[in-house]
Amino acid sequence: MRKIFPFIFFLLCLFSLAGYAQVSDVQRKYTAYDMRSNGKIYVVVLVVLIILIGLILYLIRIDRRISRMEKASGK
Amino acid sequence: MERLDDSTLNLLRLSDCLCADDEPDPGIRKQVFKNPVKFMRQSWWKIICVILLVYTVIGGFLFSVPAREILHETIRNLYFHVCMWFGMMILFTASLVYSIKYLRSQKMQYDIYAVNFAKTGVLFGILGYATGIVWASYTWTEYASSTQIFTEPKLLGAAIALLVYFAYFVLRGSITDIDKKAKISAVYAIFAYVMLFPSIWVLPRLLESLHPGKEGNPALKFDDLDGRLRTVFYPAIVGWTLLGVWITSFKIRLDLLKDKSIL
Repeated sequence: MRKIFPFIFFLLCLFSLAGYAQVSDVQRKYTAYDMRSNGKIYVVVLVVLIILIGLILYLIRIDRRISRMEKASGK
Repeated sequence: MERLDDSTLNLLRLSDCLCADDEPDPGIRKQVFKNPVKFMRQSWWKIICVILLVYTVIGGFLFSVPAREILHETIRNLYFHVCMWFGMMILFTASLVYSIKYLRSQKMQYDIYAVNFAKTGVLFGILGYATGIVWASYTWTEYASSTQIFTEPKLLGAAIALLVYFAYFVLRGSITDIDKKAKISAVYAIFAYVMLFPSIWVLPRLLESLHPGKEGNPALKFDDLDGRLRTVFYPAIVGWTLLGVWITSFKIRLDLLKDKSIL
């Protein structure tokens, strides 16, 4: 577990970098700024996160199953 | 008889590899290269993979991106489409390494590693191609003619590279003798990897191309890419590649089990 903490710290540092975003006119013209201000982009993020986490849980299940098979055949 | 003995010996070695459990911890580098089976069973790199992918999705959709003509918000595809190609290249490199290791040692498990890394690499390549088609159809079509798109060297080069790897699986499928299959396909894998150089890394950069990143090393040169993109892009590459390695590890472990039951 101790090996993971530096990575988590690194990620938190990256998250904090996103804080200083400024909005210019060019930004308003070329990017979907309205979608962000009325909050609907969070719905998309949530949907993609649910799919991603579902897939990862499925991968973890497969991983466990293969581990069990390896244990069974090792004896 | 000699040959049969050899392959039985290899399978025996393989079972040793599967059963090796209670050895002292030799450090990450040695674990990955000396005992990949143990590495595949560990969970710390899978946790890193999950954290990085969740970060990629959140950061990829919500963080601020530079405003560009034509691209607009699609610039966020950098975290997904480009990462597929990076993942493919890294997985193919792993396949190359294990092919060479097979040729040096003649150990059957290295052949299993090599072919499964190549399989996942091809999967990533196909995903990169599919996402590229969608991205291009919403951006290039705004200013480029269809002839320009159909003769786009990056598309043709990537198609050639993938077809060379498809031929790798055709070659493997056409040989029934296990040792011969492993040896010939390991040699072919080296040639297939070398074909990536002209088809993906050299020719598309010499010719007129619609695809961005033609000058120098796309996305890796530090003054080339906006800092905001880099904070998500580099973690995304690692995350997606680790996901590819994770999926590959399932296939490798299953193949190792299957070959063990033949023994």
